Amino acid sequence: MNVIRIWAIVLRHLYPYRFNLSRLSELVVWPFFEMLLFGFFGIFFASASAFGSIVAIFLGAVLLWQIFFRIQQGISVSFLMELWSRNLTNIFVSPISVAEYLTGLMIVGLFKIAIVGVLMWVFALLLYHINVLSIGLALVPLTVALILFGWAIGTVVLGIVLRFGQGAESIAWAAAFFLQPFGAIFYPVSIYPEWLQEIIKWLPLPHIFEALRSVFAGQGLPRSQLVWAYGLDAAYLLAAFFFFGYMFEQAREKGYLLKAQD
Amino acid sequence: MASGIITVRNLSKAFGKTVAVDGISFTVKKGEILGFLGPNGAGKTTTIAMLLGLIKPTSGTIRILGKRMPEDREAILSRVNFSSPYVQLPYGLSVLANLKVHARLYEVPNGDMKLRELARYFGVEDLIKRRMMTLSSGQATRINLVKAFLNDPEILFLDEPTSSLDPEAADTFRNLLMEERRRRQLTILYTSHNMQEVEKIADRIVFLHQGKIIAEGTTGDVLKKHKQKSLEDFFIQLARSEPVPTGAKP
Repeated sequence: MNVIRIWAIVLRHLYPYRFNLSRLSELVVWPFFEMLLFGFFGIFFASASAFGSIVAIFLGAVLLWQIFFRIQQGISVSFLMELWSRNLTNIFVSPISVAEYLTGLMIVGLFKIAIVGVLMWVFALLLYHINVLSIGLALVPLTVALILFGWAIGTVVLGIVLRFGQGAESIAWAAAFFLQPFGAIFYPVSIYPEWLQEIIKWLPLPHIFEALRSVFAGQGLPRSQLVWAYGLDAAYLLAAFFFFGYMFEQAREKGYLLKAQD
Repeated sequence: MASGIITVRNLSKAFGKTVAVDGISFTVKKGEILGFLGPNGAGKTTTIAMLLGLIKPTSGTIRILGKRMPEDREAILSRVNFSSPYVQLPYGLSVLANLKVHARLYEVPNGDMKLRELARYFGVEDLIKRRMMTLSSGQATRINLVKAFLNDPEILFLDEPTSSLDPEAADTFRNLLMEERRRRQLTILYTSHNMQEVEKIADRIVFLHQGKIIAEGTTGDVLKKHKQKSLEDFFIQLARSEPVPTGAKP
């Protein structure tokens, strides 16, 4: 065993972390977010008696979370795949417009959730004998709201990857998880401290998952939560499109469309 | 006299304080093969990227097929194509899947039939079901060429297309190109670091150095004007920034 050669390998994999905020986030930010997520989770379980079927709520939340996650990845990870295969230039020397490209990536996410959704529904049914689709049509507006927000986040991440290239790869994978502790996904909004509730109400996720819990509790779809969710979705989508449009123009201005692959 | 199918006027591109392309003007005629030459960092790739709408020029105008780039980007790009060994088709996909995607990107009518026709023509029919990752460099270059001909381009931009090929494969590649040019008056803008290759196939050359055109014309004219025996000598002299006998100084 040659210590110098071993150290060479260690250095080779540490060097990418220097001056790269995206990679540093894996080490610094990630543990923090996990602490938040599971901390809130623990508080919820300690006071969960108010809910009829925790497992059903939890599995429903996991299913909807996967929808958001896959939709976001449908855009940002699909774009990364173009970078990995050095195919981006081939795409953008074809007559495709930016809007067409983005729309294509959005549709990729829809295919992903169709597969993931069915699989998760079957797994829940087989493993836990719980039909997460039992809430019926109420699932439709919640799913659509998540798809819209997933597209918004995916589009923002796409703009960031376009600017920073493969160095921003971990953001593409982790963007959804950064939002997870603040989305009230596996526990109600009331778990959060009040000051945090005031902040997270500006995300669509808590409204969507609160609505899901309300349906599971037999209280129907709360209209105000849906209005909030769709209103915020529209604002985030609009902002995401503007952001991506700006980043794409910057990419053409500064040559990132060529450099992003390197 | 053939008309200008690509017309570039006073084209410049600066990245911050670095000037990559510095006020170049040139014309490419229909059916012409233009060798676009220069040492690394001369501005060739940046110029081609501007011609293809990948990079926005700082100043100057580009007219391709009578239309303006980047304003008429989609109309232009539907009638041209590009190939480079540095730009690959996704290696996880089969050749067929890759070509199908590109046939759709270029809205090729009867795309499946067209790509099989081209695969036969370029002698890669037996590769069509294989994954890109299993192909040799020569095979991948020929598949890239199939992709580049899918939309029957009027202009082909080729960036060092033979750089990863052995001499025999490179010769086959050049012959295919020459045949295509003869067959349908294809216009080709060709960059290469292989000077002998350029002498063989280019009707005219444009020599770039530090973002400026320092020589333009037929190979014979350029060599005569700069008192050089071969393009290779001229290239080496430029790259080492030795003074060039006549013409613009690098």
